[in-house]
Amino acid sequence: MKQNNLKGWLYLLPAIAFLGLFMVYPLVDVLVYSFEEGYNFASQTDMGTGLYNYSYVLHDPYFMQAVKNTFILVIITVPLSTGFALVISLALSSIKKLRDAFQTIYFLPYVTNTLAVGLVFMVLFKRTDYTEGMVNLLINWFGGESVDFIDGPYWAKMFVMCFYTIWVVLPFKILILTSALASVNPDYYKVAQVDATPRWRVFTRITLPMISPMLFYLIITGFIGAFKAYSDEVALFGTNLNAAGMNTIVGYVYDMLYGDSGGYPSYAAAAALILFAIVLTITVINLLVSNRRVKI
Amino acid sequence: MKVVLDHLTKRFPNRNRKIKTEVVAVDDFTFEIPDGKLVGLLGPSGCGKSTTLNLICGLEKPTSGRIYFGDDDVTNLPPELRGVGMVFQNYALYPHLTVLENILFPLENLKGDKRLSKEAMRSRALEAAHLVQIDALLERRPAQMSGGQQQRVAIARALVKMPRVLLLDEPLSNLDARLRLQTREEIRRIQRETGITTVFVTHDQEEAMSISDVIVVMEKGVLQQIGKPQSVYDDPTNLFVAKFLGTPPIDVFNGEIRGGLLYLGKDAVLPVAGYREGKVTVGIRPEGFVPDEKGPLCCRLVGVEVMGRDTSVVAAHPALTTNTMRAIVDTDSGVDPNALEVRFSLKSRKVCLFDAETGARLYAPTV
Ligand SMILES: Nc1ncnc2c1ncn2[C@@H]1O[C@H](COP(=O)(O)OP(=O)(O)O)[C@@H](O)[C@H]1O
Ligand SMILES: [Mg+2]
Repeated sequence: MKQNNLKGWLYLLPAIAFLGLFMVYPLVDVLVYSFEEGYNFASQTDMGTGLYNYSYVLHDPYFMQAVKNTFILVIITVPLSTGFALVISLALSSIKKLRDAFQTIYFLPYVTNTLAVGLVFMVLFKRTDYTEGMVNLLINWFGGESVDFIDGPYWAKMFVMCFYTIWVVLPFKILILTSALASVNPDYYKVAQVDATPRWRVFTRITLPMISPMLFYLIITGFIGAFKAYSDEVALFGTNLNAAGMNTIVGYVYDMLYGDSGGYPSYAAAAALILFAIVLTITVINLLVSNRRVKI
Repeated sequence: MKVVLDHLTKRFPNRNRKIKTEVVAVDDFTFEIPDGKLVGLLGPSGCGKSTTLNLICGLEKPTSGRIYFGDDDVTNLPPELRGVGMVFQNYALYPHLTVLENILFPLENLKGDKRLSKEAMRSRALEAAHLVQIDALLERRPAQMSGGQQQRVAIARALVKMPRVLLLDEPLSNLDARLRLQTREEIRRIQRETGITTVFVTHDQEEAMSISDVIVVMEKGVLQQIGKPQSVYDDPTNLFVAKFLGTPPIDVFNGEIRGGLLYLGKDAVLPVAGYREGKVTVGIRPEGFVPDEKGPLCCRLVGVEVMGRDTSVVAAHPALTTNTMRAIVDTDSGVDPNALEVRFSLKSRKVCLFDAETGARLYAPTV
């Protein structure tokens, strides 16, 4: 028995060593950094420990802007993208002809390079010397004023950011939900039909509960993904996100480390831990709600 | 409610899209299900039983033909307007709802003047639960119940809206042997108590024979025979029905009629007056053999199995279409298990003659 235990640990050793070196150690290190004032990489020195880093970050207007941006992004994109995905999946699973074709079309953005998608968004939204951009042309056509979506007002930039995020996460959610819908035993729908169940009731009392585990999976991973948003913002607004007022929490962490104003690992660590606390709280709330709601 | 199927046909496009020919799942069915009876729809798997049931319930539309409930033509009515209750093979209980919620579900769908008050719904659901004897399980979820209990819930859910017709698609096939016996009695009892016209689909002939008022035997989409279980067993219209009913199955011989006598190989076993001379297929029920030292049918003895009340004699004969045959005889009929040979005389009531080519029953000429 003891021998076996030892063997087991031996087998696990490479994985543990790897995880320890590249996951646990850095995590602990970040925690340590976040409490060390003015830590300097080069000289490996600090000026004492305390909560100063947290206080600095929480009083930094750029950080507060990033938090605000991130929260707006999360609150708008997670419900909307999940909702759209559900509607599209329902439509997809109710058609018979051309379903495969539509499924491919909806899945294309997932396998398309982010930069290519970014380019498409440029064509849609960016004003250049030659054109106002597709969306503006549309707005003009309906008699509206052009809006600068990339360098213009905050709401316009936020709109583009949310639009882009929803666009990017939609295919995966559609994929998951169409397969969840397809895995519901058709006999349930037959029984429901024989029992004269109205369509809306079939949806709320049968379909939704049956796919609820997948739905909650998507919501939880959606929250986490949206809180970690960064690269999409860079693709849209360039690297100087603070100037554009479009920074996110992860973006702030990156800037503190490597950006033009960078070189502050302590602040970065503190910001990262604040993000961690937020994501943890939201996920725990999500799990608590889903444990109560998801019954199968 | 009497159910009438009138020249009902259902063709499906082939599931394999490369094959252009259609599958005829139900081929020109005409029969009547009498009001308040339990009808067993019996046939091997893939013969179109489920399709027939789906046609009656409205989940499938017939290619041609009509369906009547009583005097109403329901052919073009969708299932929700037909007033049928259906129980599926896998029960299809909603897993996230409790037993009570499952049973209430159909009632909550009722609209207009059919809609009941909350208390009335509840008492109807409790009544249905009581009928199938699951009163104690109302707060459970399907996953917390045995197959037999789930089965009862499914029946209660189908009965609660008081359907005109109750349809059961292989309701017992997911249960173990003992539970199957028990549950089929239960279904019989519930059907008697409610008097609802019931169609019960099964591929198990014993099950169909034991609980049905009327059995309908079908094969490859074609109706073979309809009648009381005993009369279908005693009087099969063709070789398929004869072989399909009965355990142990009927023993089949290649026979010949010569000079008014039925020959099995060299043995002249029965006088058969009035039939056309020539080759016939002969089916003999296992209980039609009587051990008799002077009997005309001489078989090689393979084995004797004593099964309590009866004895099963396994024997071989050159005219058999199978390797061995089985005769069920009285235990005290004195077959010596060590003998090499066993001789039988035959009960003529248990012998059926069939056309050697088509398998159609050959009947004794009526005088
Ligand atoms: N939706 C369908 N599409 C194509 N063929 C079908 C369909 N449903 C049933 N069939 C075919 O019809 C025949 C009868 O099927 P079914 O009624 O399910 O048989 P049973 O219930 O007696 O086992 C089978 O050959 C089956 O393959
Ligand atoms: Mg079937």
